[in-house]
Amino acid sequence: MKQDGRFGAFGGAFVPEILVPAIEQLEAAYLAAIEDPDFLAELDHLLRTYAGRPTALTRCRNIGDERVRLYLKREDLLHGGAHKTNQVIAQALLAKRMGKTRLIAETGAGQHGVATAIAGALFGLKTRIYMGALDAERQALNVFRMQLMGAEVVPVEIGSRTLKDAVNEALRDWTASFADTHYLLGTVAGPHPFPQMVRDFQAVIGREARAQLLEVEGRLPDRVIACVGGGSNAIGIFHEFVPDRAVALVGVEAAGKGLDSGEHGATLQRGRRGILHGAETYLMQDDEGQVGESWSVSAGLDYPAVGPEHAHLMASGRATYVGATDTEAIAAFQRLAREEGIIPALETAHALAEAFKQVAAAQAAGEERVILVNLSGRGDKDMAQAMQLVAGR
Amino acid sequence: MRHQRYGRMFARLDAAGEGALGAFLMLGDPDAETSFALLDAAVAGGADMLEVGIAFSDPVADGPVIQAAAQRALAGGITPRASFELIARLRERHAEVPIGILTYANLVVARGLEDFCAAAARAGADSLLVADVPSLEAARFADAAREAGLDPVLIAAPNTGAAALERIAALGSGYIYCVARAGVTGQRADMALDHDALFDRLRALGAPPPVLGFGISTPAQVRAGLAAGAAGVICGSAIVAAAQAASDPAAAVREFVATLKAATRG
Repeated sequence: MKQDGRFGAFGGAFVPEILVPAIEQLEAAYLAAIEDPDFLAELDHLLRTYAGRPTALTRCRNIGDERVRLYLKREDLLHGGAHKTNQVIAQALLAKRMGKTRLIAETGAGQHGVATAIAGALFGLKTRIYMGALDAERQALNVFRMQLMGAEVVPVEIGSRTLKDAVNEALRDWTASFADTHYLLGTVAGPHPFPQMVRDFQAVIGREARAQLLEVEGRLPDRVIACVGGGSNAIGIFHEFVPDRAVALVGVEAAGKGLDSGEHGATLQRGRRGILHGAETYLMQDDEGQVGESWSVSAGLDYPAVGPEHAHLMASGRATYVGATDTEAIAAFQRLAREEGIIPALETAHALAEAFKQVAAAQAAGEERVILVNLSGRGDKDMAQAMQLVAGR
Repeated sequence: MRHQRYGRMFARLDAAGEGALGAFLMLGDPDAETSFALLDAAVAGGADMLEVGIAFSDPVADGPVIQAAAQRALAGGITPRASFELIARLRERHAEVPIGILTYANLVVARGLEDFCAAAARAGADSLLVADVPSLEAARFADAAREAGLDPVLIAAPNTGAAALERIAALGSGYIYCVARAGVTGQRADMALDHDALFDRLRALGAPPPVLGFGISTPAQVRAGLAAGAAGVICGSAIVAAAQAASDPAAAVREFVATLKAATRG
């Protein structure tokens, strides 16, 4: 390996020795690609003509006011319905460059699985998606979307039958298959180089947003807010702002039924340091080190670990992490739909819940404020669940 | 102080013209007493060294058989602490059989590297292999193990690069766990990778003796592994599966291990 994959004390490459050649090959391909004008031009072309970049920056018309201005970075408008598509296209291009003929991926709610199925269809790569059996039952619609695009969806029956078990199973597959297979990991977690590579491929969100905001506001935002499960959309919008020390970076974790309820996905706020899925980071775990179960109304935030760079951003004080409960997220979900005509993903609704609190606080204090939220995904996938949660049907 | 049980075992077997047979079982599968009886049966069947798993919730290096064993053990209430107690009982009964721990990084760091290794050594274990810690990340684990008097065991594969193999040879002691093929643990008809070259490379680096594992399930595979130059072989999934399938698991383990052990005698 050329780099140690560390973010301060976090990160690293904790994989079985037999996988080391696979991550070494990936690291070399990634480091070469991001310096290669041909790769970057092809990626840029696909992001513009296929995925729909740049995405809009929308100022809320009805939430906030002249002094407190709330901006939404519209990743919900991206092909596939969420930010996931950005880095999936980039990794699929890398897979082609490495001569791989097969993609595997994990998925929780199904968004990353859908994005990977898109890339598999686009590039003619055989695609297998591992999905916890429990998640596959809860997200039957996304299973069908993946299958429609030619992906094979494999329900994982072991362990808690959710996202973490799907990651385990994808890693096991890769251990035997890396000669012809690329593991297209879906977030800024996992062993080096995934956290750094996925960040670099998602950083387009923050680069665009920063330039767009400077253009309309002539200044940087006071706060950038994003939801954090594994953490890829948050890193994607944070990264460009990290050197702007005056810009507060706020990650919103799933507080589930409450941060002290034991049923949440607030790994950074309530977890402990540990090692899972290839990285040293924060985990939900018991005293002995057995990995715990997380809970969130949004399947995409329901992950018992978190990307190691977030652990570092928290430890170094550069970013702060707060929680939004299921109830707060559902209220924000409804409010954005009702007042702005935008139905966000339930994951994104956690970031909005915090943003609405910030807007209200600034208004109450009579302060001028510019707040930027990563609207990471749209809520179409959540309609069946929303009908139950909101309408009681 | 390390006990050098591996060194004495290899010397004894070498003199006798035999390869070492390692038997793997998961501690606490499905409960403490049964797993103790099965490990005891493995020794009775002729196992030269024991490999014991401390069950982890997310065993990424393991195939379905060992995953299921870990799940049964966890469902039966096993903990690292209770696992150490079982090791201590095994040590009391078998003073000279090397006992190696196989587990995952999070259980080690959750307790603290030094504390975990000290507890393992106190219980009478000889070595520690952490399945998701490659040589790149192994230095602090190996240091803590050695400090506590344990042999740090590292994994090497035929596709392991030159720099990694040098680290493995330098950091590892007791033996080198060589994997027989790509993939996770489990029984396979094929052993696809080319070991002769790996064994030669390890020897040239002055590494501890190579022991072959992952996918060993038949006497023919035992013979093939030893003929290729391994100092021993480890069988895991096939033993666990034999115990699962039998009405008298201890007898099944004893008999199955005996057939594998016979294959180590030239």
